[in-house]
Amino acid sequence: MLGRLTWDAIPFNEPIPLVTSIVIILGALGVLAIITLKGWWPYLWREWLTSVDHKRIGVMYVFLGLVMLLRGFADAIMMRSQQALAVGGAQGYLPPEHYDQIFSAHGTIMIFFVAMPLIVGMMNFIVPLQLGARDVAFPVLNSVSFWLTASAALLINLSLFVGNFARTGWMNYPPLSELAFSPDVGVDYYLWSLQISGIGTLMAGVNMVATILKLRAPGMGYFRMPVFCWTSLAASMLIIAAFPILTATFVMQLLDRYVGMHFFTNDAGGSAMMYVNLFWLWGHPEVYILVLPAFGVYSEVIATFSGKPLFGYRSMVLATLAICVLSFMVWLHHFFTMGAGADVNAFFGIMSTIIAVPTGVKIFNWLFTMFQGSVRFNTAVLFSIGFMVTFVIGGLTGVLLAVPPVDFIVHNTVFQVAHFHNVIIGGVLFGMFAAYNYWFPKAFGFTLHDGWGKASFWCWLVGFYLAFMPLYLLGMLGMPRRMQHIPDPNWQPLLLVAELGAIVILCGILCVIVQLFVSIRTRDQRRDLTGDPWDGRTLEWATTSPPPAYNFAVLPEIEGLDAFCAMKRAGRPAAPSAYEAIEVPRNSPTGFMMAFFASVIGFAAIWHIWWLVILGLLAVAVIAAVFGWSEDREHEIHAEELARMESARAGAERIA
Amino acid sequence: MTVTAIDAAPLPPEALNPGPAPTRTVVAYGFWIFLLSDIIMFSGLFAAYAVLWQHTAGGPTGRELFDLPNVFIETACLLLSSYTCGLAALSAEHRQAGRFYLLEAMTFVLGAAFLFIEFSEFAGMVAKGAGPSRSAFLSAFFTLVGMHGAHVTSGLLLLLYMVAQVAAKGFRPHVLRRLLCFSLFWHALDIIWVGVFTLVYLIGAR
Repeated sequence: MLGRLTWDAIPFNEPIPLVTSIVIILGALGVLAIITLKGWWPYLWREWLTSVDHKRIGVMYVFLGLVMLLRGFADAIMMRSQQALAVGGAQGYLPPEHYDQIFSAHGTIMIFFVAMPLIVGMMNFIVPLQLGARDVAFPVLNSVSFWLTASAALLINLSLFVGNFARTGWMNYPPLSELAFSPDVGVDYYLWSLQISGIGTLMAGVNMVATILKLRAPGMGYFRMPVFCWTSLAASMLIIAAFPILTATFVMQLLDRYVGMHFFTNDAGGSAMMYVNLFWLWGHPEVYILVLPAFGVYSEVIATFSGKPLFGYRSMVLATLAICVLSFMVWLHHFFTMGAGADVNAFFGIMSTIIAVPTGVKIFNWLFTMFQGSVRFNTAVLFSIGFMVTFVIGGLTGVLLAVPPVDFIVHNTVFQVAHFHNVIIGGVLFGMFAAYNYWFPKAFGFTLHDGWGKASFWCWLVGFYLAFMPLYLLGMLGMPRRMQHIPDPNWQPLLLVAELGAIVILCGILCVIVQLFVSIRTRDQRRDLTGDPWDGRTLEWATTSPPPAYNFAVLPEIEGLDAFCAMKRAGRPAAPSAYEAIEVPRNSPTGFMMAFFASVIGFAAIWHIWWLVILGLLAVAVIAAVFGWSEDREHEIHAEELARMESARAGAERIA
Repeated sequence: MTVTAIDAAPLPPEALNPGPAPTRTVVAYGFWIFLLSDIIMFSGLFAAYAVLWQHTAGGPTGRELFDLPNVFIETACLLLSSYTCGLAALSAEHRQAGRFYLLEAMTFVLGAAFLFIEFSEFAGMVAKGAGPSRSAFLSAFFTLVGMHGAHVTSGLLLLLYMVAQVAAKGFRPHVLRRLLCFSLFWHALDIIWVGVFTLVYLIGAR
């Protein structure tokens, strides 16, 4: 009846996961109780859970990413503490069995449920506004994408309390991840949650490309798009080209595990290295999926706060597209040690150094944008400058790793761990914090507290260097990654420095939380009434903060790059005397319900509860069929109603 | 866009954008991109098959298992179904309901025949002890061909569903848009099958 699910799945005799789970469950029940007592359910259901507004969905994506950042960071600081403590005779506080799950969960969560939701959320929120569009191309599909990602995040966190998580690292390499060596449900949690979130991400990519290519406002030719739209387009194209490879790879591994096939097994002709190749054929484009939108954020932030148009707009676009293509030609540098031979390694080594060139072009573009500009040093700019310095270091160690002989020496050491944290924290996360500080007023109508923001920046920056520079040294000394116990006591001092760095980063996270609370409490003093708090250059600042559901009552006419800047110079157009009726998408519970059943299917498949899998699949099919039959997906806002809404908004602006 | 055009400062008017595209364009375009991603998913399976097709682990090879005349009939069914599907789309454009139903019925029968042949081929192989867990080659074969078969199955369900929509609502714009997506899907399955027929059967049966 319940497949493999028994009471043994609950970790009664492991205090750490048990206590954590109880705290999380009580916390979640508390939140649900408050929502119920305050009677917020109708509001939540109407305005958020069933919303198909790209701005709401973007906000929910970012919220999901930030919450999961807490989970991923909890894993990180546990690992750092274990490595700082378990040296020589000491064994630390995490048994190997648990430690292995933590490093696997940390990587998986940080990539798929922190970085991806933050990136996709920012694209969702900003791209339609920057394009002068009213929503994305497929609003309901957008909601399906988000809720699939959220339900996959739920599933992966469930592994903490029911069963266990993979002990295979976030790449889940076979043969370790095959049934013969990982017979329990850990790997299945990994595979099913990533399959579900992968489908969500793919749909988001399709949606974003269709939006950018087909829904731009009149007059916005390709070379009039803001750079963030270009980088989002490039990242979305990479999603479409790369994520299906991951889906196919996981299908193969699931078939290996569930029906005894032999894609990646040691016996019957399976090839484990094929998994590694396929994984990185997705995995390398994935790092550019993450970092390209962040590059777009820096371009917007630097240009706005330097008070200048971006230097070298066209070279920025071309560099982005060059990276887009090159990102598919470097995957083998993740496993030079496979033994592909000198020629193959040389080719991929050269390609990997070449891909640094367009990135270098971008760095110079940002520097020249700041040059002779009147730079305002607020939180978003600090994160951008911190990024430039940090990312150059990460890029240089990357070029080092791209040289096969060097890679042979530091492969699988903490040098490599330091490198990719250097580019992902310094590149992606700093970018997302810059974006969060920059666009927060657009989403909520008030700015974030700059002092706490700056404090969070300095903690993150200093904490990052303290935590990861020692790992470069340790990697050169030969310390392998993923060690639960440190045999060499000479490594301990540097590991203690790294632990200190993790604590400083914790302060950075606390500053972010305090910043949010302080900003909400003092929101009346920091309202953005103009819709343009930063003297922005692009269209998202042309509408109010927060924008109405339809974004623009009248679609803007675009006459050049930095469209809003030009509009302001020409004098803003007066409110039009007459409006035309517009159509806005209706709310739909389709996404929420589909994702609910997707997590049911995933859970049931993990535990081999086959009747529930079938029920879940039927439910998804029925929901899809009902949605596919519907016709009345939009409702019209009549011209008079629109005029009323617009004059009410203008009035609110004047009174304030 | 050429390099010289990028260097020129004012953009030519045709490079500019007239504004949001009509719904039909957006829907068809989005579905195209989705199909592209689906084909990339298949390319992963093709790549796996290409790596593993000689990893027979002492088990039967494609030469021993594949029955080309049978596969030829199978292929003919699927390609013909694409033709009837295309004709059905034309009759939908011309609002000829009778012809539309007839052609979709033919598409369904041909697609079902394809599936039946594929299924009996699979069943025969499993009966001979050449099931998907016999060797890496057979894992890759069953997964690639079976994934295509699963797509054809969902295509048939989609066909019934779209015929039902036409029957219930007539050729209204939103029904026609969905019909267009279905046709694109069905033709894409053909393209993938051409790859399967060539790379799996023709090369494997040599």
